Amino acid sequence: MTPTPAIELKGISKAFGPVQANKDISIAVMPGTIHGIIGENGAGKSTLMSILYGFYKADKGEIFINGKKTEIPDSQAAIAAGIGMVFQHFKLVQNFTVLENVVLGAEDSGLLRPSLARARRELEALAREYELSVDPDALIQDIGVGMQQRVEILKALYRGADILILDEPTGVLTPAEADHLFRILEGLKREGKTIVLITHKLREIMEITDTVSVMRRGEMTATVATADTDPSQLAELMVGRKVLLQVEKTPAQPRETILEVENLNVTDDKGVHRVKDVSFSIRAGEILGIAGVAGNGQSELLEVLGGYERGTGHVRIRGQEIDLTGAKSDGQSRRRRGISHVPEDRQREGLIMNFHAWENVAFGYHHDPAYQKNALFMNNAAIREDTEAKMRRFDVRPPNPQLTAKSFSGGNQQKIVLAREIERNPDLLLVGQPTRGVDIGAIEFIHQQIVALRDAGKAILLVSVELDEIMGLADRIAVMFDGRIMGERLPSETNERELGLLMAGITDTTTPHGHREVEANLAERHGEVR
Amino acid sequence: MDFLTTLQVLDSSLRQATPLLIACLAGLFSERAGIFDIGLEGKMLVAAFLSAAVAAVTGSVWLGLLAGIGASLVFSAIHGLASITFRGNQLISGVALNFLAAGLTVVIAQSWFAQGGRTPQLMAGGRFEPIILPGALTSSSDIAQAGPLMQLYSELISGHGLPVYVALALVPLTWWALFRTRFGLRLRAVGEAPEAVDTAGISVVGLRFAAVVIAGVLCGIAGAYLATGLQAGFTKDMTAGRGYIALAALIFAKWRPWYALGACLLFGFLQAVAIRFQNIDLGVVEVPVQVMDALPYILTVVILAGFVGRAIPPRAGGEPYVKER
Repeated sequence: MTPTPAIELKGISKAFGPVQANKDISIAVMPGTIHGIIGENGAGKSTLMSILYGFYKADKGEIFINGKKTEIPDSQAAIAAGIGMVFQHFKLVQNFTVLENVVLGAEDSGLLRPSLARARRELEALAREYELSVDPDALIQDIGVGMQQRVEILKALYRGADILILDEPTGVLTPAEADHLFRILEGLKREGKTIVLITHKLREIMEITDTVSVMRRGEMTATVATADTDPSQLAELMVGRKVLLQVEKTPAQPRETILEVENLNVTDDKGVHRVKDVSFSIRAGEILGIAGVAGNGQSELLEVLGGYERGTGHVRIRGQEIDLTGAKSDGQSRRRRGISHVPEDRQREGLIMNFHAWENVAFGYHHDPAYQKNALFMNNAAIREDTEAKMRRFDVRPPNPQLTAKSFSGGNQQKIVLAREIERNPDLLLVGQPTRGVDIGAIEFIHQQIVALRDAGKAILLVSVELDEIMGLADRIAVMFDGRIMGERLPSETNERELGLLMAGITDTTTPHGHREVEANLAERHGEVR
Repeated sequence: MDFLTTLQVLDSSLRQATPLLIACLAGLFSERAGIFDIGLEGKMLVAAFLSAAVAAVTGSVWLGLLAGIGASLVFSAIHGLASITFRGNQLISGVALNFLAAGLTVVIAQSWFAQGGRTPQLMAGGRFEPIILPGALTSSSDIAQAGPLMQLYSELISGHGLPVYVALALVPLTWWALFRTRFGLRLRAVGEAPEAVDTAGISVVGLRFAAVVIAGVLCGIAGAYLATGLQAGFTKDMTAGRGYIALAALIFAKWRPWYALGACLLFGFLQAVAIRFQNIDLGVVEVPVQVMDALPYILTVVILAGFVGRAIPPRAGGEPYVKER
C-alpha cells in the first residue's frame, strides 16, 4: 500500500483576469520528503503555493491534506491544517524581537507574558533539535538575513507546521548560509516534516530534493524523481526547448587598459562608508566580475562609476581622469566618455515603466542628432524606427516600440535596456544584476550579448549576486565584502567555496571554516553598517 | 510668582492638556496601527458640538458625552471606510473630515439654536462638575491660608472634571494595552508590517478598524470635554487647532504613551501661561499677548520641522495594505 500524500492538489486552476496563472494542476507530495517546484518567473509557482497557503482562492480544484479534503480560505486555515510558509520577502516586524515575531498571531491568551514565556521554552527546544539557534531577544532589524530566515522557519514550526513551503529561500543567502539552511531542511525531513521548495536554481533542486515538479506557463509539465533527471533536462522542461546552461565563450584576449580605479571611496547620504579604498582595472576585451552578498558596496561602486553617486579617489578611462565630485559628474558626462550603464534595478533606474519603449530607448541619448527633426522638435518617427530595429536585434518580444515598458516581461525589459546601452558601442559597459528576475531562456541570450560585446574588444564590469553567473561569465573575479575588495581570483583557479568565504569576509581560505564563523562575521558587519 | 500662583498655572495646564492628551492617545492608537489620522481636529469638533447641543437640550452632560462619542465615531467610520476598506489616501480623507466638521457644526448649530453658530450656555448638570477629592478645600480663601501640601492637594490634584482624571488614567492603560496584551502586540505589528499580521492569519482590516474605533471614542471624549468641561458650550472652530497640536505632540512623543503625557503637559502649560499672563514684561521689552497665544503653535512648527531629534513613525503608516501577489 502506498502512503497517503501529505499534500495532494487536484485540478487546481486560477485566473487573474485574462491571465491563466494555474491551469488544471495536480500534484502529490509524499510525507517526509523534500519536493522541489521549479519554473521560470511567472510560471505560476508562487500562485500555486499562495493558494495552498490561503492567500488566493482557486477558481477550480481540490486540496487534500494527509488524505483529507481541506478548504483553505485564509492563512488561518492553512496554519490550522499544519502548513507553514517561508516567503521570499520575509514577513517579519522589524522592530519586534525574535520572540515577539514568533508569538504574533499564535498567542495563548489576551496577556502576553505567559505566551512569551512558553515561546521562549519552545524555541530553546526547537533550536536544540534542528540547529536553529537564534537569540530570542534580538530585534529583527539587528540580525542578518540568514537569521531572519531561521526566525521564519521557527514561526512555522512554533505553529505546529508539518508541511513547510519555502519560496526562493536562497536568493538572499551566502553559499555558506545556504548550506546551513539545507542542513536544517535535511534535519526537518528526518523528523518527518514535508518540505516544498520553490526555486529557479537548478543546482538546489539537484542538491536537496527527492522529487521535482516543473511548471511552465501555468501548467505542470512534469513531476520526476530527482535522481532520474539532470539539470539540462529540467531546463528544457522549464523553457520548452534546449537551453545552454553554460555560457559558451573562448578565453579572453585582453588588450590595452580601459578603466583604472584607484583608492575609490564612497560615503552615502546617511554618512555610511560604502566603498572603501577600492582599486582595480579592466582591459579591453575582458569581463571583470564583482561577486558579493547584496549590500556590500557593489551598488555604490556601480553608481559612482555610472555618474549618479559622488565619490573620492581616481577613476581613469583610457588614462583620462573622470570627475567624481563636481557638478558635471552625471550620467551624461559618463556617456560622453564612452561608458554605458545597465543599472541593477531596471524598473527604477533603467526604465520609466509608464513610458513607451521608444521613449525609454531615447532616454540619455536624446541629444543624438539622428533623433532631431530640427532645432526645436524631435523626430519621433525616427526614434520609433530605430527602437524597432534595436528591439528586433535584441529579440525583444513583441518588438513593438509603442508598448509601455511595464507591459514587457522582466527579461524583455532587460533586453530593452541592454539594447539601448550596448548599441551605443561603449568602451566600457557597467552592468548590474543583468539577469535578476529574468527567465532562463532570456538569460542565455543576455549572456551571449555580453560575451559578444567582450569579443568585440570592449571592457565590461559585471556586478552580480548570482555566483553561477559570475563564475560563468567573468574572466577575472573580484569579491566585495563590507565595501572592500577581499581578493581577485581567476575562475579557473577558484571554486564556489573559496568565493563564498571571501563573500563572508574571510580571507584565509586555506583552513576549514564553519558556518558559525561566517555568520559571526556577517552579523558583525551588519551591526557596523547600522 | 508665588507658590499658589504657580499651582494655579499648573492646575490650568492640566485642564488645557486634557483634550490634547486624549486626542493624542487617540492618534497614538490609530497611527500605531498604520492609519494616519489628521482628522483628530474634525472629530473633536463634531464631538464638541454634538455633546454641547445634546447637553443643552437634555440638561445631561452624560447624554452629551454619549452623543459626542457617537458623532466622533461616525467620522471615524468614514475615515476607516475611505482609508482601510477603499484604500484611499489617509491624509486627504482626514483633511476632508476636518473641513466637513468645520462647516457642518456651525450650520447645524445656527439652524438648531439660531445663536450665530453657537450652542446655548450650559447650565449646571450640562457640564462636567469638578470632583472634590476627600478632604480637599474648596473656597479660594481657605486654600490661600492652607499649608503648601494642602494647597497642592486642593488646588492642583482635586477639583477637576472627570475627563481630566480619565485622561491621566488612560496613559498607563494605553501603555499596558500596547505593550502587555495580545491586542497591543498585534496593533503595533499591523502598523509596522501588515503583511506579517496577514500571513499570521490575523485580519489586517479588522485590527485597523478596531484602532480607528478606539481613536473615535477617545476623540469623542476629548471634544466633549472641550465643550462641556473646559468651556460651557460650543463656539465656532472651538478646537482651534488642538487636533493638530495633538498630532505634533504625538510626533514629539515618538508614538509612546508616557512621552505623550509629557508632550501634552508642555503644550497645556504654554496655553495656560498664555491665558494667565496676558502681557509679560521682561523689563526691556513687553511680550504682547499675541506672542503668548501663538507659542503652542510655534512650538508645533518647531517640532514638526524636526528639531526634536529623529522620530521614526510606524513603518507602514499611511499606506493602505494591499496583498501582494
